[in-house]
Amino acid sequence: MQIGIFTVGDVTTDPTTGQTPSEYERIKATVAIAKKADEIGLDVFATGEHHNPPFVASNPTATLAYIGAQTENIILSTATTLITTTDPVLIAEDYAKLQHLTDGRNDLMLGRGNTGPVYPWFGKDIRQGINLAVENYALLRRLWSEDVVDWEGRFRTPLQGYTSTPRPLDGIAPFVWHGSIRSPEIAEQAAYYGDGFFHNHIFWPAAHAAQMVNLYRERFEHYGHGRADQAIVGLGGQIFMHRNSQEAVRRFRPYFDNAPVYGHGPSLEDFSEHTPLTVGSPQQVLERTLSFREYAGHYQRQLFLVDHAGLPLKTVLEQLDLLGEILPDLRKGFAEGRPAHVPDAPTHASLIAAAGGAKDVTVHAEDTMTGTTDRAPEAEEVSA
Amino acid sequence: MTTRIVVISAGLSVPSSTRLLADKLGDAVAGAVRARGQEVAVEHVELRPLAHALADHLLTGFPTGDLARAIEAVRHADGLVVVTPVFSASYSGLFKTFFDVLEPGLLDGRPVVVAATAGTARHSLVLDHALRPLFAYLRAVVVPTGVFAASEDFGATDDGSLDKRVERAAGELAALLGDGAGPAAIAPSRRSVEDGFAAPTPFEQLLREASGDSVHRP
Repeated sequence: MQIGIFTVGDVTTDPTTGQTPSEYERIKATVAIAKKADEIGLDVFATGEHHNPPFVASNPTATLAYIGAQTENIILSTATTLITTTDPVLIAEDYAKLQHLTDGRNDLMLGRGNTGPVYPWFGKDIRQGINLAVENYALLRRLWSEDVVDWEGRFRTPLQGYTSTPRPLDGIAPFVWHGSIRSPEIAEQAAYYGDGFFHNHIFWPAAHAAQMVNLYRERFEHYGHGRADQAIVGLGGQIFMHRNSQEAVRRFRPYFDNAPVYGHGPSLEDFSEHTPLTVGSPQQVLERTLSFREYAGHYQRQLFLVDHAGLPLKTVLEQLDLLGEILPDLRKGFAEGRPAHVPDAPTHASLIAAAGGAKDVTVHAEDTMTGTTDRAPEAEEVSA
Repeated sequence: MTTRIVVISAGLSVPSSTRLLADKLGDAVAGAVRARGQEVAVEHVELRPLAHALADHLLTGFPTGDLARAIEAVRHADGLVVVTPVFSASYSGLFKTFFDVLEPGLLDGRPVVVAATAGTARHSLVLDHALRPLFAYLRAVVVPTGVFAASEDFGATDDGSLDKRVERAAGELAALLGDGAGPAAIAPSRRSVEDGFAAPTPFEQLLREASGDSVHRP
């Protein structure tokens, strides 16, 4: 079971102080949060992709590479990488590069994005969102699995004799999750390829997550990747803790009441009832989180949102300390009753093992004028 | 099979003339459907108690509690009666909000009686200038007779009386509902999200559609 955090990188005024961080402060805070997550032993740090204020989450691979250079073990992921408006050729390059820089410590989560104007800003049509996700991802897979790609499609210029570089590290493409809140087509896409499926879960009633996860599981089995309960499922969650549960509510309420997404709407109590939001003692967070399995089944990745709505860095780091304290119990709880045939989320190491070892798949160019090559003799394979 | 009618009314006072008209229409539709030999169940949905839940839905994107139940009732209705008070020369904001939060396609092909109330008959064209375009956009099938009731209509008994208009609209709705073998003459034209879960589009088809192949589903 992987347990981690995800962030959307929002620059939001702290409603209790009126202070708004600068972009510099928010970006550096994101790095500090990721490093802290690594220190307390979390498995995953994921950052979103946004291309408009008030977010600083553009260019996730630069952020992740920078974090990767300063962390030891944590898996670097996205929440999400926009498969609709980002050229799949750039995604293929950027995330393969990130593999090499971080020794395979990254995967990625694809999403369509929900900000209307981002599509035209990148020359796309939001009404083609599903079609873009389907075509772009099909191309992305080919760019990672085939050394030389000839391709023609509907949404980008054709490719003739194109080789995406660097090639995936050890011949293994980054593991891909597909995130969607309410589009059955994306659950279908994840199931078809045997990829992971992540439900954002936060801000939405549990029934939405259950419906999408169950569809993905059924279709995963339909496409022959294993049994439904062997599908690779991730869920979001949103928490705020204090040792005294009433104090947790008192401290989080001003952030909740003014939060960009749901603020000025339902009460914290109502929203907690209808969504996974859990504000309370560490024990309450532990119990609520473990209860997600009741409708999602045994799953592979749990990511918490801990840093939005204007919460200052100091508070976020305190939250991570508390999360670190319940981490052993979370792991123990998730392991309880988990059948042996339910797999863990794939990692670079597990995918290498499944492929029978690592391969250097560097594509060496040959100079057709002189016949010279930069290919080293007998450099075809290296051991894992 | 029991024909399910949902009557939606957006009156704000209790009691309201909007609910009074909704009751008349609900009773008349029930009578007209029974007269055709069908069983009928009429469910009333008052929007006033749902006002907070509707505002929350606008902000959060999902319905809760009684609002979720009301939307499910509409999803499974064979026909609708919708009644709004006239506010500032149109339907009320509360009335519009309910239809704003319905997922696209939910009313496709659904027979609807539109009705409105106001203090004066000078607002009567609201039915044709505001409600019909709204339900045309939602791809519902609005019956020819709309029912408008000004305060004075609740006391008039002459030939153009309110009851006659109510009966005519109810009869038109019952006729559109057909023989009860299935909902209506006009099939839904869009797949709803729920349809997508009930019968997911196979991925090979999604791949074909992505590349611009517009082959129709069987």
